[in-house]
Amino acid sequence: MALKKVKGTLERVLDKNLQDLVRGIRNHKENEAKYIAECIDEIKQELKQENLAIKSNAVNKLTYLQMLGYDISWAAFNIIEVMSSTKFTIKRIGYLSASQCFHDETDVLMLTTNMIRKDLSSQNIYDAGVALSGLSCFITADLARDLANDIMTLMTSSRPYLRKKAVLIMYKVFLQFPEALRPAFPRLKEKLEDADPGVQSAAVNVICELARKNPKNYLSLAPLFFKLMTSSTNNWVLIKIIKLFSALTPLEPRLGKKLIEPLTNLIHSTSAMSLLYECINTVIAVLLSISSGIPNHTASIQLCVQKLRILIEDSDQNLKYLGLLAMSRILATHPKSVQMHKDLILQCLDDKDESIRLRALDLLYGMVSKKNLMEIVKKLMIHMDKAEGSHYRDELLSKIILISSQSNYQFVTNFEWYVSILVELTRMEGTRHGKMIASQMLDVAIRVQAIRQFAVDQMAILLENSHVLANNSQRNGICEVLYAAAWICGEFSECLKDPKSTLEAMLRPKITILPGHIQSVYVQNILKLYGKVVRQAEDDGEEDLLREVNQLMSEKLPIFVSSADLEVQERACCILQLVKYVSKLLDKGAKIGDDIELLYAGELNPVAPKAQRKVPVPEGLDLDKWINQPPPESSDEEIGGPAFFTSGSEHRDTYQYESERKSYEPTAEELEKRREARKVEMEHNPHYLKGDIKKKSKKYDTSHIDDIPVATLDLSVPLHVPDTRDKSKKGKKGKKKKRRKGKETDSEEDLPAMHAVSTVEEMPEGAHLSDNENADEYSSDPFKKLDVNLDEPLRDDEKLPVRQHRLVLEASPDKELDGDTEKTKKKHRKEKEKKKDKKEKKEKKEKRDKKKSKSENKEKDGPTLLLTAAEEETASEANIVNNVENTANSTSPPEEQSDKTNDIEFWLSGSDAATTPSPVKDSRPVVNNVDRTKSPKLTVNDVLSSEEEDGAKVNEEKPKKKKEKRGSKKEKKEKKDKKKKDKLRRHEYEEAEGITTPSKENISMSQQGTPMEVQLPPMSSYKLLAENATLRMTYETRVSPQRSDQIIISVVFNNQTKNHLKDLEFNVLDTLNTKLIRGLGNSHHDAVRVPFILLPESQNEGQFAFSIESISMSQKMRGTLTYIIKSGDGSTHEKLDFKLHLPCSSYLVTTPCKSDEFAELLASGDLPEKGSCKLTPVDTEFPHVLAKMCFHLHFRLIEQVDKSASLFSKSIQGHPVCLLVKMVNGSLNVDGKSSESKLLSGLLDDIKSLLTEES
Amino acid sequence: MIKAILVFNNHGKPRMSRFYQHYAEDIQQQIIRETFHLVSKRDDNVCNFLEGGTLIGGSDYKLIYRHYATLYFVFCVDSSESELGILDLIQVFVETLDKCFENVCELDLIFHVDKVHYILAELVMGGMVLETNMTEILTRIEEQNKMEKQEAGIAAAPARAVSAVKDMNIPQKIKDIKLPDLPSIGNLKF
Repeated sequence: MALKKVKGTLERVLDKNLQDLVRGIRNHKENEAKYIAECIDEIKQELKQENLAIKSNAVNKLTYLQMLGYDISWAAFNIIEVMSSTKFTIKRIGYLSASQCFHDETDVLMLTTNMIRKDLSSQNIYDAGVALSGLSCFITADLARDLANDIMTLMTSSRPYLRKKAVLIMYKVFLQFPEALRPAFPRLKEKLEDADPGVQSAAVNVICELARKNPKNYLSLAPLFFKLMTSSTNNWVLIKIIKLFSALTPLEPRLGKKLIEPLTNLIHSTSAMSLLYECINTVIAVLLSISSGIPNHTASIQLCVQKLRILIEDSDQNLKYLGLLAMSRILATHPKSVQMHKDLILQCLDDKDESIRLRALDLLYGMVSKKNLMEIVKKLMIHMDKAEGSHYRDELLSKIILISSQSNYQFVTNFEWYVSILVELTRMEGTRHGKMIASQMLDVAIRVQAIRQFAVDQMAILLENSHVLANNSQRNGICEVLYAAAWICGEFSECLKDPKSTLEAMLRPKITILPGHIQSVYVQNILKLYGKVVRQAEDDGEEDLLREVNQLMSEKLPIFVSSADLEVQERACCILQLVKYVSKLLDKGAKIGDDIELLYAGELNPVAPKAQRKVPVPEGLDLDKWINQPPPESSDEEIGGPAFFTSGSEHRDTYQYESERKSYEPTAEELEKRREARKVEMEHNPHYLKGDIKKKSKKYDTSHIDDIPVATLDLSVPLHVPDTRDKSKKGKKGKKKKRRKGKETDSEEDLPAMHAVSTVEEMPEGAHLSDNENADEYSSDPFKKLDVNLDEPLRDDEKLPVRQHRLVLEASPDKELDGDTEKTKKKHRKEKEKKKDKKEKKEKKEKRDKKKSKSENKEKDGPTLLLTAAEEETASEANIVNNVENTANSTSPPEEQSDKTNDIEFWLSGSDAATTPSPVKDSRPVVNNVDRTKSPKLTVNDVLSSEEEDGAKVNEEKPKKKKEKRGSKKEKKEKKDKKKKDKLRRHEYEEAEGITTPSKENISMSQQGTPMEVQLPPMSSYKLLAENATLRMTYETRVSPQRSDQIIISVVFNNQTKNHLKDLEFNVLDTLNTKLIRGLGNSHHDAVRVPFILLPESQNEGQFAFSIESISMSQKMRGTLTYIIKSGDGSTHEKLDFKLHLPCSSYLVTTPCKSDEFAELLASGDLPEKGSCKLTPVDTEFPHVLAKMCFHLHFRLIEQVDKSASLFSKSIQGHPVCLLVKMVNGSLNVDGKSSESKLLSGLLDDIKSLLTEES
Repeated sequence: MIKAILVFNNHGKPRMSRFYQHYAEDIQQQIIRETFHLVSKRDDNVCNFLEGGTLIGGSDYKLIYRHYATLYFVFCVDSSESELGILDLIQVFVETLDKCFENVCELDLIFHVDKVHYILAELVMGGMVLETNMTEILTRIEEQNKMEKQEAGIAAAPARAVSAVKDMNIPQKIKDIKLPDLPSIGNLKF
């Protein structure tokens, strides 16, 4: 065996590893593919071997080859084998490879569930970490469902590293398994206030991603995020939160109002550009969401624009880019503010950086005016000449058209100029925007009557020179303009100076190389021109000309008749016949010109987009009814019609349909095709206006209604634009049948517009206009499923799936195999129970708190003035929150819900609601400043309150800042003070929670045992560990019933200086019984690194685990904390010694026990050890004594009769302890029974010292 | 979200690629080529943002990149990420590489692409930023390296010896990635 191993190792040495592979590839540059093929063969051999190390080496090489583009999915199973290794190094290779090449469709992934689960629950955090990282890349719906619960468990891990990863991966879980969102959300929310900044940041990250898609569900978190925003110093977190707010503000304008102030403050104060930029962005979003109501509205805009200007002027191109980007967002609503910086933006057009030029182009849209349009366009044209790269050039072209045509050609004062520009643009080579230019030409020619003459002239020139354009026959290419030119010349042939020469130009044989749809238009318009020429000739009596034209037509038209394009062919045939007929008639001397012209009589007006869809269905027409009996299915054979019809371009598909109508049942695919074809047709048909027109407003002159049946109106060249200022707003709404529109609100310059733009569009009679045309748009957004209400209480059926075993009736052989799973299952169950417990407790506690505050209110004799005041505040605030909340014991879930909504409402309306602080608060003495641990009474108060909702928090703010502001108006001042107080209060709250959150469980547990009626004297389980001028450490012990050999010491480090403290290292001299767990690979002398830096005057909590052997002795350990103070003038190394005291009571876990069970236990004789003691407590109130014992010593009250009580608890190793406590004349008798004598005596000592010491 | 992280050299040869969304291998190569094409024609003194290519992303996506000596580091991100933040993240990534490889150069990335992946996994997970604190990242990596060494133990000794011999053939490593000071974002306090 050993020999085999050695052999394996030796072989491995000679195997090619990744480095060798890379080297090999580099040495075989000329025949790389061949070399790699050889290597893959080798790898395949290696994968066949038993040895996992060899396999992992092979997989590692495959991962590299994957990067080079080789498909390695064939090795998926081997990858899983490697992932299953027990060695971290090998496992990691497997997971890396899996994360690179596995995806949803990898079927072997279903084999991995149990393996991943095992890794997730591994003792080694890096095993779990690597599994989480891998899983985040290849998680599938099945994996998400099966592992959601395990990941949830990891979210509460004691290791921040795992918590962080678990929180982050939850986002992926939600995407794949949306049902997990609601059950997991409370925990996710909890992590927003995690002690570890990394975990917090991860939670913020996840919620931001979720909220980006469905912001409204996360509105209720706004107060929490607001608090984080005002308290966090982590820029990553801040940026995410601020980004989140910009998604939330459109939903709740009041939120925006609340945000403006802190955001402006941040803008003023931050030095981080990234943060500044995001703040500006969010302020912009806020200003977009609230149109009015903010007094310093313009001030904020000014501030933003100013700061952006600084960014744009910066030499750093990145800032310049972002500045322009943000500027374009302001432009939409506050064009004036941006226009002030026109100079700067125009300057950016000349920047050497294309990205920046593009951004500046975006802004141009708002920069143009009647005065400078020509100038700007000229500049852009110059750029276009110089520009390299068609992308930028195309962008320029479309921008030129966009800025000129915007708001119905508002800024174009001279259409001749514009048409010339369009013509000039056709000289652009390789553009993709031929169609755009064409549609502009059509639009201008149709709608601006005054320009027709000029336009037609220009188009005629274009047609003359068509050979230049026709060369470029690519789709959407510049030849598209010929389409427009031909149509314009044909339709408005009366404006042509020399119709015959244009006709000749259109009949050139070169035309046949143009795309079919352009040829069709050519053919059609040839007929129009022909009619024109004939009529003119007839009028002038020029028979020669007539003959000439006829000959020309009958000579040239046949080139179209033989066209491969059906449409062209058909039209040409028709026209050719017509021409023959006409020439026959002409030979007889008949005058036929007028008749030909009649073919095209009548004005063509643009049809409104969607007009077709709007045609009302006539009464009595049932479109779903069969007209004929549907044909039998057997006749399907006929479907394969002659192939002749199916070839060729798209718009012939309609004919295909005609020919096969008999038994044709179009498939979905064909329908789609047909729809496409229709679209194309519509686009090519000049009778339709294209999509962008719908934005345009219309105007027309009522005095010129003519006799066109659709009641359209034409302008006869009004040279000024009617002043219809008051109606200008309506224009935005879109297509109404008739509307007039003046856009001349721009008072800065009143250059006379030279021509008016007609905006008539045709709509069918009786069409209904509605704006919800897009309502039927179906969207299959994967994020839809994540759109769930998160505030609703969880239903019973909403649980994360826990793996269930099928029931095995007899002890089956596979039980052994399942052992592992069984264990995890149990764990889950416990977990769940615990959760439930916790929830219950929380509810109860809330009840109790409310009651308490009430009674306090009545009695007004609380332990301290401070407490009373605070409680009163709580009560009063709670009262405001839910006006009629007088039954204190009604905390059913639905009410909680209403509470919460009330809460956000309350929070949002904060500034104007009547939350005037009670007078007591103002006169509050400086006691508030006293550190929490020094006055434990304060602490518990904090602790308790922070578990409640925001609205009902105790406030103990320091009226420190208040003095600074003795402003002008009193009212205003009060409001501001209030705000400040709010902030301070929040701040206080924040500080407390570093401690509270983790210890929540502990406190609520121990308090549950105390009688409901008792007013608790405020207590803290945190004890002072050590203190010097710079640092103060307090600690608390935590145990969990699941781990009988471990105790967690949670230490709060409180930095009392104005310097940073870093490199904190915590070390303890181990005793035989108790040892600090130092992580893998560390000897028992190594110090444990505290994973954070302490910011000035801040605190943070670190947890250290100790393994313990026996729980029957109290322990005292010496330890040291070393750290580095980093001050302005350097850093100094310091240390702080401490003594860690672990009394016996720290091994106790509060355990519930019913009174009959308790009696049974006492009677059973399982508790042989007895002990008793007598003492005189300092605090003679019996309930207080009990509460203290329950809280500090982790006991639970079983029964209380007058001045005697029975208490119960259990050690983490399962030793029960029963106590009988009696109070006689101020002295206390304690009798105890337990199974472990040392433990009992230790506990009695603890009780003595607890109750007799002054607290 | 980050959609992809690409590292390639001045000739477009991929040195590391990480896609947080599945693409077939050939598409991945196309994306790398396209991205290289977009990025390589830009001067060094223009801005580091680029509207995404056609293959990856779309209008909501941006390419954010940095060019160090012979290597391009490109992140493809959507609008939920802060542009300057990502630039900083790239810097953190490169500095971490620099610390881990002791003066990183392209050859390190060529021969130890797996290690680069492990380092990256400590920064970004599943397309989301995991950690930005460099000391924390470095501790995690060191601890993992320790584990690796422990596991390898004596058994790996011969392999190490052989690879040391092999390594001697590599021409003198050129340490040429210099991290320029970036004053504009240097004051980001992360």
